[in-house]
Amino acid sequence: MATKPRRVMAQVAMVMNLDKCIGCHTCSVTCKQAWTNRAGTEYVWFNNVETRPGQGYPRSYEDQDKWQGGWVRTRSGRLKLRSGGRFKKLISIFASPVQPEISDYYEPWTYDYENLVQAPLGDDFPVARPKSLITGDDLQIKASANWDDALGGVGATAESDPILRKLRDEANLQIKLEYEKTFMFYVPRICEHCLNPSCMASCPSGAIYKRAEDGIVLVDQDKCRGWRQCITGCPYKKIYFNHRSGKAEKCTFCYPRLEVGLPTVCSETCVGRLRYIGIILYDADRVTEAALADDKDLYEAQLELMLDPNDPQVIADAQANDVPTDWIRAAQRSPVYALIKHFKVALPLHPEYRTMPMVWYVPPLSPVVDLLKAQGHDSEAGGNLFGAIDSLRIPLEYLAELFSAGDVEVVRGVLQKLAAMRSYMRDVTLGRDRQPELARAVGMEPAAMEQMYRLLAIAKYEDRYVIPKAHREQAHNLEEMGCSLDFEGGPGSGGEGPFGSSSGRVVPVAIESYADAKARQRDESGA
Amino acid sequence: MKVLLWGVLPYLTLLMLVGGLIWRRQYDAFGWTTRSSQLYESKLLRIASPVFHFSLLAVFGGHVVGLMVPKSFTDWIGLSQHNYHAGALYGGGLAGLGLVLGLALLVWRRRRTPAVFRATTWNDKIMYLVLALVVGLGLFATLTGGRTPSGAEHNYRETVSVWFRSLFTFQPDVDAMAASTWQFQAHVVIALLLIAGIPFTRLVHAFSAPVHYLFRPYIVYRSRDAVGARRSATVKGRGWDPIGTPDNRRR
Repeated sequence: MATKPRRVMAQVAMVMNLDKCIGCHTCSVTCKQAWTNRAGTEYVWFNNVETRPGQGYPRSYEDQDKWQGGWVRTRSGRLKLRSGGRFKKLISIFASPVQPEISDYYEPWTYDYENLVQAPLGDDFPVARPKSLITGDDLQIKASANWDDALGGVGATAESDPILRKLRDEANLQIKLEYEKTFMFYVPRICEHCLNPSCMASCPSGAIYKRAEDGIVLVDQDKCRGWRQCITGCPYKKIYFNHRSGKAEKCTFCYPRLEVGLPTVCSETCVGRLRYIGIILYDADRVTEAALADDKDLYEAQLELMLDPNDPQVIADAQANDVPTDWIRAAQRSPVYALIKHFKVALPLHPEYRTMPMVWYVPPLSPVVDLLKAQGHDSEAGGNLFGAIDSLRIPLEYLAELFSAGDVEVVRGVLQKLAAMRSYMRDVTLGRDRQPELARAVGMEPAAMEQMYRLLAIAKYEDRYVIPKAHREQAHNLEEMGCSLDFEGGPGSGGEGPFGSSSGRVVPVAIESYADAKARQRDESGA
Repeated sequence: MKVLLWGVLPYLTLLMLVGGLIWRRQYDAFGWTTRSSQLYESKLLRIASPVFHFSLLAVFGGHVVGLMVPKSFTDWIGLSQHNYHAGALYGGGLAGLGLVLGLALLVWRRRRTPAVFRATTWNDKIMYLVLALVVGLGLFATLTGGRTPSGAEHNYRETVSVWFRSLFTFQPDVDAMAASTWQFQAHVVIALLLIAGIPFTRLVHAFSAPVHYLFRPYIVYRSRDAVGARRSATVKGRGWDPIGTPDNRRR
């Protein structure tokens, strides 16, 4: 058993530092402009930013009793889709039993701007009425993707936050929601590009696949038949149904950009610079085993899947499995690996779904500082901070439900590290004597603390994004080259397709000549 | 006329079906989908669609038995014509009624839900009409086709079924089919039209019934190389239609 070489694979992963997220939605908007500004995807946000506590998007998607996403461990110790096994999926294929409707997202609309310039002369100002993009009728706007943003909705909508409900029912936790005592933070979400994706497992057609080279999860638009099971399967509800083309669509991790070494659009445009992208090496054969761990061990199990890219044995195994050398080097410099496994300050979102998500989060600490300051304490002094973590405005239990399957200790450990870093670095900045015991109290060396500070607080572009390019020798195989002009003017081009809307049209996989354009710009010959 | 309808049309239909499916797969793999409208409306669909589809499966099974199993076989195992007929009448009638009910509910839903109606193309409307005709005539034939206008007994297993089986040997027994009642003849002709139209309508999704899901591994790894080699053959068109274009306006 031990002699068998490990199947070491590379995975592109992301970490988001929630302390820095101001909830500006720039990532969402730029993502939408890049990917989902088409007919049929009006309601689709590959990237969305949620205020927590809150219902999320689509509403209450975390309530898996209702939405049936992700995996469960059966009594016999096997993984099973929560929504049912293969046979059940097939016999319920004629109408997906658990399926969010457009009202669970929101009904998209536009405004009748034409009326502003074409209305006849009259006494009243012309108005641009909202028109539904689904029916074309007048629409009473009731919700949108971030309708209950920030404090806009907490009082009314927090009641429907599945996590709050759970904490209230199970832990009997009193969480204050009065305006002045409320807490909130933002969670930007994209597809998790899981190691054990339940959307993929749910797909009857086998159209969803994980790219062997970089682990990006994509939908083959030519193979998707619109059975919609993936939408039920994904516990994060990050697969969407294009209601015009009748196919599933999802976040692509901006693979056309990654392939030329550029970060995703959401990362590139993030004003808080809170996103990190890097490579992780993992043992593909042990994914299922790790996904079977007990709820509270899932975080550790996932950490163990990630292999140390500096370990010579790992390097050898990776090379044996055709991971290119520059990818291994990128994995060694990976900021994501550093935050997740080296410093252990990033946590997975809902590990209890057992999908092994690959977008991780540094939990937010900020409000504790404000709280202490308001109470007249020296808010960044080490002792004060440590003590205050337990009385955070954002209850540890809440964060634990999000990031560690309810294990408060894990979250407390991370927040203590972040707090220690602040105190330690404040002494450095103010030119006072350093207190190595602050670092050691959280199990870190002072030098590591400074490294972590550089990565989290200074966060230079080159440090945040360590993205190896797709390989030149494979360049002719890049997916975006696929949409060629070979068929220009062929049957079905232009207008409504003969078999319904969007049929007969190419799926806009990528910016066709992106890699070429980039190469040309960088070409020394100036051609 | 006899030869054209019962000797040529079936083969033309088969040609259209096979050729059409190949063509569609080749040039419109992207358009090959269920075109589900569940996102717009789910409550009614969750009842109507399974009723329709399961009835359809039952009806399909009934057709296989009725057309493929020779009368001599059921005679040989001692199933009397009376019992067989009763089974076919009640079983087939029940499935047919389910089919009609499901279809009626689906069409009603399609008409009454603005979003669903807006997503309905002319292609769909014609298809629904033909489908309703086929279903209606089939049910009608089951209930009334047992007697010729002159009042004589008519057993479709001695006419339609014989003709159908003869198609496979490329020796179509045209006379057998011509001897059946008009209900069956009309049902068959329109059903052939419907079958020929499958590749060119949304019905095409029937040919992607994902039975292989039972056997495939849950996690699918695929190399970028493999994907690149098998590029989408779908015709290039206006992929990036922005919001608020004529594409989104009321038709």
